[in-house]
Amino acid sequence: MTYDERLQNVSVLGAAGKMGSGILLLTAIEMVDRSLQPENKGKTFVLNAIDVSDEALAGLLGYLKVQVRKIAEKKTVWLRKMYAEREDLIENYDIIDEYIFDVLRMVRPVTSMEEAFRSSLVFEAVNENRALKVKLLSRIKENSQKDVWFFTNTSSVPIHLIDEEAGLDGKVIGFHFYNPPAVQKLVELIKTDNTLPEVEAFARQYATNLKKVVVPSNDVAGFIGNGHFMRDGLHGMKAAAKLAEEKNLSLYEAIYMVNKVTQEYLVRPMGIYQLMDYVGIDVMQFILNVMNPFVDDEDLHSDLLDQMMEQGVKGGQFSSGAQKNGFLKYEKGRPVAVWDVQQKQYVPFETFSAKCDEMLGSMPESAVAWKSTLRMKNKDEVLGRFYTDLKTTDTLGAELALHYGKCSRKIGEKLVADKVANNPDDVNTVMLTGFYHAYGPINTYFD
Amino acid sequence: MKKLRRKVYMAAGYNTISLGTGRKEFNPKKERPGIEHYISEAGQGVLKQIGGAENVDESVIGNFMAGRFNYQGHLDGFIPMIDKGLSMKPAVRVEGACASGGLSLVTGIRQVLAETSDVVLSLGFEVQNTVKAIYGADILAMAGWFKKRKKGHAYFFPGQFSDRAGAYYEKYGFDRTRKGMARWYANAIENARLDPTAQEYHNTNPDPYATALKMKPNGAAFVDHLTVLDCSKVSDGASGIAICSEEGLKRIGVDKKDAVEVIGFGHAVRDITSDPTDLTELETIKHAAHQALENAGITMDQVGTVETHDCFSIAGILAVEALGLAAKGEGADYVDAGHTSRTGEIPFNTTGGLIGWGHPTGGTGVHQAVTIWQQLTGNAGDAQITIDEKRPYGLTINMGGDDVTVTSIVFKRGA
Repeated sequence: MTYDERLQNVSVLGAAGKMGSGILLLTAIEMVDRSLQPENKGKTFVLNAIDVSDEALAGLLGYLKVQVRKIAEKKTVWLRKMYAEREDLIENYDIIDEYIFDVLRMVRPVTSMEEAFRSSLVFEAVNENRALKVKLLSRIKENSQKDVWFFTNTSSVPIHLIDEEAGLDGKVIGFHFYNPPAVQKLVELIKTDNTLPEVEAFARQYATNLKKVVVPSNDVAGFIGNGHFMRDGLHGMKAAAKLAEEKNLSLYEAIYMVNKVTQEYLVRPMGIYQLMDYVGIDVMQFILNVMNPFVDDEDLHSDLLDQMMEQGVKGGQFSSGAQKNGFLKYEKGRPVAVWDVQQKQYVPFETFSAKCDEMLGSMPESAVAWKSTLRMKNKDEVLGRFYTDLKTTDTLGAELALHYGKCSRKIGEKLVADKVANNPDDVNTVMLTGFYHAYGPINTYFD
Repeated sequence: MKKLRRKVYMAAGYNTISLGTGRKEFNPKKERPGIEHYISEAGQGVLKQIGGAENVDESVIGNFMAGRFNYQGHLDGFIPMIDKGLSMKPAVRVEGACASGGLSLVTGIRQVLAETSDVVLSLGFEVQNTVKAIYGADILAMAGWFKKRKKGHAYFFPGQFSDRAGAYYEKYGFDRTRKGMARWYANAIENARLDPTAQEYHNTNPDPYATALKMKPNGAAFVDHLTVLDCSKVSDGASGIAICSEEGLKRIGVDKKDAVEVIGFGHAVRDITSDPTDLTELETIKHAAHQALENAGITMDQVGTVETHDCFSIAGILAVEALGLAAKGEGADYVDAGHTSRTGEIPFNTTGGLIGWGHPTGGTGVHQAVTIWQQLTGNAGDAQITIDEKRPYGLTINMGGDDVTVTSIVFKRGA
């Protein structure tokens, strides 16, 4: 079966979800683009969008329509060539509308799993629930009319377990997109010892066509991305608890300070607490629960996360993409208050931030904002100067930042030592590309 | 063309800002002024300088594609909206693609020559940022023959002029031509920075020449032979000016020295269904401009400044050759040598032209006349150039489509 033949009938499980909708969009675009090639004229391409909610599937089509238009507008020069023989399509308007129609008519939104039985390729993007994944994939495998291959978007469950428990015979690979899949360039590719070479070859071709940056990760729970982020988040929570105890602060004040240090001093797009809110406190708890049984030398668990969940504070995002309140409260996307687990209410920054900022002290003049590093040609030099200055700065902020930076590096190095990542570059690429850090965690800035 | 039977003047010019990418106040996600705003501002800007609407006999409004950009036709009906004093007076809308502004001017000139009016309010406008550029390209493509649209480029007009640039590179050399085009861009930016209404007024690039020279055409992303810096931007804007007889000038209370006299004009149209004879020549521009010079009884060595239709940098270079300032194939060198810069032999597009000031398509022709009026009467502010007494004339060239409709006017300060 050729690459194009494999793509002629595809199913996405969990297609209306946060990750599933993005995967569906990218796959739909790839399939339609293949269908427009001269050698595929007259062939039918089918993409089953499978989800449990009719309502969510209806919304999915609206999402697709808007997103496909944006994509088509950026490649109209190419589309005019693809539709050159269609005399009825003259203006860009006509061609873009036809492309959207071609995508939408290929997508079959269904709530029935049976549609996947005719697929040659199944993308799994359901909840991070091992039992559910195994149940769905094994059912498809048992009933499939084709030689079906499985791509799973799991971000933490080891792929070999899914393979073994669902009886997939090595026809499965971890293809972990980052959120949102349509925007994030990174894909973690996780093959097992049993994954067929042709499955991997197809996955690499597909990722290349989607213009993704592929980083191979070994099949260890959490892989590289969550392997680093989960531990970084746990460290952030421990750091706040320690700070509160040592400096006799309320925990919410310490959370504010650690969040500020991890954003401004570590030159990251957002502080660690904001990132945990973005991912979702519930998602984080779930992933830690998946990962924890697979590690012997550490306890990947946080009482604070449990407490937040018990208090119903979960973070995550609204369907519009707006940030829900979590550790922090957001107004127009900006954090303005922090959750006090004792009083079970948000405390506005303005009531305490001046005291905390004064405790942290000022940053060296060489400090650099994350955004300004994005297109900086001499980024290494600028960051090197900043962290050199930070080491001679006698402030609490500098002390916390240097300690955090070293811990982040240790986490990265442990991922290599534990053979989760093949080398330091892969760890750094994941954090640079998937988390938009200004520099990889394995560096010499904090020596 | 017959000699002008009567003296015709222009005065009281007014430009709105040219709004679009580059202007600090432009935000594509926020609501922006509509056509009503631009027509009113430009119209009232002229009326304030000429003693009010009661002094106007009739009006002409030039616009290309409001029917698609703004879903609005019947544009002459907006003239009385400017001022109640314009109600129940004649008004007409003219259209000749990007030469619609020029047609507004020559229509006004003819009304004065015909002695049906002594004061004509001439306006031109376009509000194009209502759609994304990829759809705007469709709308602007209607300046070409629709039967050619299917085989045209997604960005139709950049595609047309890319073909011209490609032919020029092939015939006369890529590097020297790119240098001339880069210099054209740099001149446009440097001039636009001197006019607060220009779209590139806020441009702070320390070396626009180097930027333009470094950027290479990329057919996969845009067109084969042009970069985005070779192209005028998408603009919203309007311009207005009063066209008067001697009696009209007295009526509006403007002294002749504060007006420019129309010494001659040309107006030519090429068959839109046929391809240009030579891609490296703008034959209609050549014809209309020489018609204007002949009508005025002058030669190019008497012209002190030119406003030409540089919708693309290559169009600027080809216009230089069409005017005979450089031989065919040497226009790029002439421009790169600085001869068309504001301190050169003959300054072109002294407020930025279409690439620097902006190109609200239906308004461009009128904007050119306003710039010439500003320069010849000493009202160009920071953009003012020195007008040599031996070269007291100003010339405009306004082009519609791919060298299809062209108006050209020769001006001199009133005396």
